Formats: sequence, structure tokens, C-alpha cells
Amino acid sequence: MTLQAMKAELGFLSRPDGSSVLTQGDTSVIAAIYGPGDIKLSREKIEKATIDVVYKPKSGLPGCDEKVDERMIRNICETSIVGSLHPRTAINIITQEVQDSGSLLSCCINASSIALLDAAIPQKFTVAAVTCVFDKDDELILNPNLRQEKECKAAFTFVFESTSYETVATTSFGSYGKEQLKTALAACKEASKTLFTFYKDLLTKKLSKD
Amino acid sequence: MRDNPLSICEREFILAAVEIQKRIDGREPYDLRKIKITFGLDYGCCHVELGKTRVMAQVSCEIAAPKQTRLNEGTMFINVELSPMAAPQFETRSQDLNTEITRLLERSIKNSRCVDLESLCIMAGEKVWELRVDVHVLNHEGNILDCANIAAIAALAHFRRPDVTVCGEEITVHPADERDPVPLSILHMPLCVTFAFFHNGKCLILDPNEREERVMDGKMVVSMNKHREICTLQISGQMLLEKDQIFRCTNMAVKKVIVLTELIQLSLENDSNARAAGEKFGFAESVETNEITTEYKEESEVDMSDIDDQVVMATQNGNSEDGSIEELELDMETKVTIMFEGTGMIGQGGANTWDMDEDMESDLTEHKQKPQANSRSATIAKHIGGDLSGESEEEDTVMLQQEDIGLQSKPIISSEEPTGNEIDLTAALAKPRGKKKKSKHKH
Repeated sequence: MTLQAMKAELGFLSRPDGSSVLTQGDTSVIAAIYGPGDIKLSREKIEKATIDVVYKPKSGLPGCDEKVDERMIRNICETSIVGSLHPRTAINIITQEVQDSGSLLSCCINASSIALLDAAIPQKFTVAAVTCVFDKDDELILNPNLRQEKECKAAFTFVFESTSYETVATTSFGSYGKEQLKTALAACKEASKTLFTFYKDLLTKKLSKD
Repeated sequence: MRDNPLSICEREFILAAVEIQKRIDGREPYDLRKIKITFGLDYGCCHVELGKTRVMAQVSCEIAAPKQTRLNEGTMFINVELSPMAAPQFETRSQDLNTEITRLLERSIKNSRCVDLESLCIMAGEKVWELRVDVHVLNHEGNILDCANIAAIAALAHFRRPDVTVCGEEITVHPADERDPVPLSILHMPLCVTFAFFHNGKCLILDPNEREERVMDGKMVVSMNKHREICTLQISGQMLLEKDQIFRCTNMAVKKVIVLTELIQLSLENDSNARAAGEKFGFAESVETNEITTEYKEESEVDMSDIDDQVVMATQNGNSEDGSIEELELDMETKVTIMFEGTGMIGQGGANTWDMDEDMESDLTEHKQKPQANSRSATIAKHIGGDLSGESEEEDTVMLQQEDIGLQSKPIISSEEPTGNEIDLTAALAKPRGKKKKSKHKH
């Protein structure tokens, strides 16, 4: 089983406090972080930071599906960020679709995770998302492309945390058996370790002297 | 989020610098910043970097009805999104700057009729192509308009729409693998050039950056094409300009426009060559890999040798759960009890198949102690209970006998079996969630 080529750049944009561009296979996403910054009085939380996530599709206005993805990213980031260190502030996370060639949601989650690292927002752990599908011959494919995503029997996205590789969030589509779910979970967990090493290499390179 | 205010020191420094023909980023007054144009994998996707200002444009199309006033012309819609990514003060709802840029782009591109909209007609008065240009501002470092204009025009020139054939009343849209998509006919390329004025219009600079934009008295936007035709001209701000100055600006603008048009043509050519040669192209390729901030990892094998063991172990655990459920189901089949006259009960409820926290489990054991009736038997019990109270005289009173239950219980159980399988699945699903909660506690 192969995990597609990955390419990431930190500090891609000059204005945000942290930004990244992540390409997994052909899918590309730009993520940017602003914060912790000021917030409207009506939206501030007295004990922790308010986390705002905006997902921008490439063409057209965001619809219901995009809102669901947005919400999922927000929930994940709320778990990972130590918001209590920055009470009464806002942390804005913006993800922009650049190229959708399948597994867009996991790419968005990973890009925001890298951007959070770039912005040096305190986190309990980093997260990595992996999408996999069972195709019509019940073969497991990691990070599928658009066609594979369309023709699949079942699709899963698992999000893992970096400390003990436990699941932080999951979402699935289609019909599948118990065995398949377990195989998918185990495979994605294994693949997430590759992603975490990638994050580490990326940060090591950025913070290196040369 | 509010933007950082500009200090008085900075303001005065910029103004003083402009007065002696110097700029804070080291450019000459009439220099454009460095421009980089890249195209995406999809047709009609263009990224433009003007210095650090970054804009992405995407063109899309669909078939729609034409406007009632122009029955044989396609339509074009320009949508500018000032993404909150570009600057902290931008929010999702539209604002003045957004409207200003949208209007100027419409005047520059749509009203100059640079795209031949008549060629987008499929069937006069019935079906035409509707073009949509989405312009996303990703990074705001000044002069968004020029950057957005270049991105929009380049994206339109790069775009290919699906081919259509009309046979009588029938319209066939050919997908890309059937027939090559057709490019739009772009008649000319109007490009905006922005001049910023300082000191009551005495000093002027080209392509102001974000700091300079905040200090300037006013600006003039000229949209021209390389044939020296002015498509739009707008002067805004608090200043008065002389006629000579406007002529000077337009003469300068045309030189820049010629350079820009050549650049767009060149990058379009490069892209089509790369596509034809089957080389790598697109946005991802434009990201440099040898920078310190970038990391590249080639396609890698994920080691799956441990996974099979994990799955086997997990399944074994799962099987033991299954076993216990089956046993209980067998119990349920046999144990149909009559609690007291008129009330029947089947089983004691299934075993807990969900992975739960300890406190939740203790809740469940409490529940377990209370005899839980099967839904079907519960309705029977209720029905009879109502009769016994004698509220409705019309209904026949049915007494539930041991034999009746024996007969009824069979179909109930057979219908129960497939649902038993479903319970397994939810158990598997619940697993990660349960773990998630535990991991939360840890931290």
C-alpha cells in the first residue's frame, strides 16, 4: 500500500501569523492562521480562545458539505489547541482549496495542522488525517483520487493524534463490515506515522541553521 | 480581527521617502513588483503573485438561459472573494473594498467586451454558456486590483469549455475525454495599472504596496490593452490632477501593459507546452523544494506487516463479544415469561456491545437490573393494560396466553437476527469514540 508524495511549504503567505501549503498527490490546500488576536465582545469566551475555521472552496460559494467539513476541522483544532492559555482571544484558521484531486478533507486537516505548527500555537498534540477507500474489489486504497473516491464502496477519514496515535475524529461514507473498518483503521494509523515523521522533518528543516 | 494601525513615524517616513523619489521596498517610483504567473492542474485556474500579493482565479462554466435583453450572448459573472486569509481585517461578509474591486474588474473585463460572449451562445434565446470567474485574494500586500485583473484575464485565456454539438433541438455536451475542450475567444487583454498620488498629486508612484496605499492621497486606475485603448479609468481620493498628468500616466500604463501581456502570453505558452509534452505542471510544481521552509517526501510504502496481526487480534476480541451475544440471543428465544396476567416479557435485554467508559457501564448495569421488555411485547402489554382499565368498551379484550406467546415469539426472534448483526457494526464504530474520550481525560 502506498502513500502519495507530499510536499509542504511553511510561511507561504506573508500576512498571516502562520501559513502553509500542502500538496498530497495532486490535491493542494493552503491554510493560514491568525491569532491569538482581538475578538468581538459578543464572541469572546472568558476561559479559553475562540477558534474560528473558514473553509473556502475554489469556485462557487460554500454549501452545506463545506460547512460540515469546516465544523469537523474546528472540532479537531479545538481538541488539539490549548485554548486556556489564551483566554478572550480569537484564533482564526482559514483553509483554501487549491486543487481537489481526492482526499480533500484530510489534506485540509493536515494543512491546518502544519499551519498551526508554523504559527506556534500551543497544542496538546498535532493531528494527521488519512483517507482510505475500499474499491469495488474490496481493495484498500490510501488517499484515493477523485475517480477512486467516486467508485468506492466505502470511504473513511481517520484523524490521529501524535502522542499515542489514538483516533481524534472519524468520518465514513458507504457501507462496510466490521472487519473492513478495523483493517482501514489499522492501515490509516500506520500511514499517519509517516505523516508525523513528515511534520517533524519539515519543522526540523525550518528550524535548522542552514 | 483588527488590522495593525500605521504609526505616525511610518507614515511620515513613507511620505518623506516618496518626496525624494524613493520607496520603502527599494523600487524606483515607476517600477512594478516582481510578477509570477502559474496555472493550476485544471483549466481556468491561475495564480498570480505580484510581489507578495497573491491572487487565485478560477473560471467555471455552466449552461443557463440568456438574459432577456441579449438573447444570443453568453453571460459572465465576476465574483471577488476577499478571503480572511489575505488580511486580518477581512471578514467573510462583503465590504467596501470588495465592492470596489468587483466593480472595477467588471468594468475592465466585462464592459470592455474582451471575451467574445456571442461565441458562447448554444441556442439563441434558449441556452447559453454562463461563465463564472471566482477571484480569491489570498495575501494582501497592496494593489490587489492589478493582481486580480491579471489573474482573471489569464484564467479566462487558460480556460477551456466542453465542446457542444447542436442537432435540431438536441444539445450534446461532450466530456473532455470524448472531444478536446475549446478555448474561449479572447479579443484583447485589458489590464489595470494603478498609480498612487501623494502630496496633493505632486508625487506619483506605480503599483503601491500595502503601506503606501494607507498613506496615499488618492489613486488612479487605468485599464488598457496593448492596442493603446483605454477600457476603464477611475480616479478616487482627495486630490486634483492636471490633464498632463493623466496623459503621462496613460502613456506609462501602456508600456507596462505591453510587458504584462507578453508575460501572460509566455506563461500560457509554457503551460500548454508542458501539458503537450506530458511534463509536470500545475501549482504544486511551482513550489520550490530546495527552500528551507519546504519539505518533499516521495511516494512511500506503508508497512502493513503489523496491521494484519492487529486486525486479527481485534477480530478475536470482537469474536468473543459476538459469542456472548449469540448465547444471550439463544436465551431470549427460550425465556418468554408471563410476569402477571396480561403482561408478557421476552428476554432480559441484550449484552452491552458498546465499548464504554466505566461510569457509563455502571449506568448500564443499573438499567440491566430493570427488566427491559422487547419493544413488540411492550406494545402488547400496553394494549392489554388499556383494555383492562376498561376505558374503551368497544375494543375486544384479548388475554395473552402462554401458547399465544409461543407462536408470536418466533417471528419476533427471526426479525431480531439481522438487527443483531447491525449491533456488531455500531460496536466497532463506537470503539474509536470511546478511545477519544479516554485520551481527552489523559490530557
